[in-house]
Amino acid sequence: MMRKIGFVALVLVMVDLISLGAPFRVAVILPSTINDFAWSQSMYEALMAIQEEMGEENFQFVYSENMYVIADAAAAIRDYAAQGYDLIIAHGSQYGSSLVDIAPDFPKTSFVWGSTAQTFTELGIHNIFAYAPHAEEGGYVNGVIAALLTKTGIIGGIGPIKTGDAKRYAAGFEKGIKDTNPDVQVNYTFIGSYSDVALASEAARTFVNAGADVLTGTAQMTVGAISVAKEKGITWLGYDVDQSPLAPKTVAASIVVDWTVALKPIIAMIREGKYGGEILPLTFANGGLKLVLNDAALEGKLSPAEIIELKALVWETLRKIVSGEIIIEVE
Amino acid sequence: MIGATLVGIATSAIRLATPYLYAAIGEALGQLSGVLNLGVDGIMLMGAFSGFYVTLLTGHPTLGLLAAVGTGGLMGLLMAFVSVTLQAEQGISGIGLYLFGLGLSTLLFGMTVGTVKAVAGFPPTPIPGLSQIPILGEILFSHNPLVYGAFALVPLAWFVLNKTPFGLKLRAAGQNPLAADSLGVNVIRVRYVAVIIGGILSGIAGASLSIALLNVFQQNMTNGMGFIAVALVYFGGWRPLGVLAGAMLFSTVNAIQVWLQVQGVDIPSDFALMMPYVITILVLASMARRRIHVPAALNKPFERGGE
Repeated sequence: MMRKIGFVALVLVMVDLISLGAPFRVAVILPSTINDFAWSQSMYEALMAIQEEMGEENFQFVYSENMYVIADAAAAIRDYAAQGYDLIIAHGSQYGSSLVDIAPDFPKTSFVWGSTAQTFTELGIHNIFAYAPHAEEGGYVNGVIAALLTKTGIIGGIGPIKTGDAKRYAAGFEKGIKDTNPDVQVNYTFIGSYSDVALASEAARTFVNAGADVLTGTAQMTVGAISVAKEKGITWLGYDVDQSPLAPKTVAASIVVDWTVALKPIIAMIREGKYGGEILPLTFANGGLKLVLNDAALEGKLSPAEIIELKALVWETLRKIVSGEIIIEVE
Repeated sequence: MIGATLVGIATSAIRLATPYLYAAIGEALGQLSGVLNLGVDGIMLMGAFSGFYVTLLTGHPTLGLLAAVGTGGLMGLLMAFVSVTLQAEQGISGIGLYLFGLGLSTLLFGMTVGTVKAVAGFPPTPIPGLSQIPILGEILFSHNPLVYGAFALVPLAWFVLNKTPFGLKLRAAGQNPLAADSLGVNVIRVRYVAVIIGGILSGIAGASLSIALLNVFQQNMTNGMGFIAVALVYFGGWRPLGVLAGAMLFSTVNAIQVWLQVQGVDIPSDFALMMPYVITILVLASMARRRIHVPAALNKPFERGGE
């Protein structure tokens, strides 16, 4: 009799662990910090939002910051996997090859990385997801805004390294400008670093000297450029998170990446026993990309009538991107 | 148009050279006294953070600068204690100091400020009269005070090293410490002073980024500049004017590559980014045969009555 009660209790405990009590545990590897006003912060905010929604008892996450050394990141990924986390987020396209090494050793752990469109199923790996923001859509919308805001007809962009998100964003930005006003001159420079704030700032100054009055850029070193834009009284268009708190009269618009749009379906799939093999796009259509306009900055640059006109054209652009009327090709 | 472009590039180069000048001249002083300090980048980061944080709290960049001076001096004192008193291997202790500064500045920033914030640093201060001179006025005399300080430091360092008793003692401590000691020079004290001044200048180098040129702080914002500064000391043959030449060459090529990319000149960005380094190496190689006076006792601990 005692044994029977014990067995029932054990079963109950197991059921409880599986379906009710056990929280979903996530570990995330970040190349910079959770407050970088860019790439890593956007992921941190997404995880906080999911935790808020699901409750702390059902969703927990830990993170490792400043993992710019790939070898360190790989060690951390393996440690987290060994500790039995349900999902490990390797938030950077530089971590892909590490996942190929590690994921096969932990078939019951799910991994996700990006931004990219590769899940390595062709290598027989079935526990890696990928998320792919269509940064070119965000770049295109910022390009339209830039073309409407410029008075000098000269616009600049400052990127880190010409690859992945940064390259897609730049391509979209240039096309958005050309489609809106072909006479505007736009140059996009890549400074070769995600961290060189001084060089980003110098690139911004050089653009201003060349007559640019609207600048944009991606990655965390752009804070140096935003600071210059603020000092010179020109316009900045942001990416990743809403960058207007940095310079409220300077940042006229930001494209915000909402990673929850990729993470929520991934969590649902893992709970149903699917551990990888899917690529999740983030677009304006699915809400993975959002536009945040900052009226405080716009009001300093345009008349009320011009602002209404700008917003109308921007919403029309968004509608066309969502409906597929505007398609932005990236080589 | 060409004129305006050249002025833009030259102005840009002057700004870019500023942190290198402070850090490299500070490092040259330490090395001339016989101490190799590879921790420059870490001291710069601590100077950048403390200057930024105090400016954020008080609203006065001058107080921020003082904080950077104090922090840099303390880091220099630490380096001097480890390498001069404890006689630890200088290269290794310098790397240790770098990692310490990198980690501590990141930690303190995370604990106190936490996120990217802009501060009101030193504003551009055109020098009345001089800034009105055509062309040169804009290139040389329309910057913020820390830029002027960096260039004023070059003749000052030259004067101290070559025309003062302290400069003589400092060089003696680095060339032949035993002989200097027998002539009554307190080698230990001279090395302490040189390394602490070097630390102070590295602290100012960091502050020149966080409260004068960029007015933000970010983790690891120096991005290895301290190591370039150490290289510039060798490039400049341990002479302030040589350091100035090296810093200006590096910054000018850097300003040109930024300008080329901004103008949309069709060169691969990776190639443009290599230019400052490649040209610096080429110049260095072409001058390899000239006589340079490496301080004979560099990297060698001094012990009274030793050897």
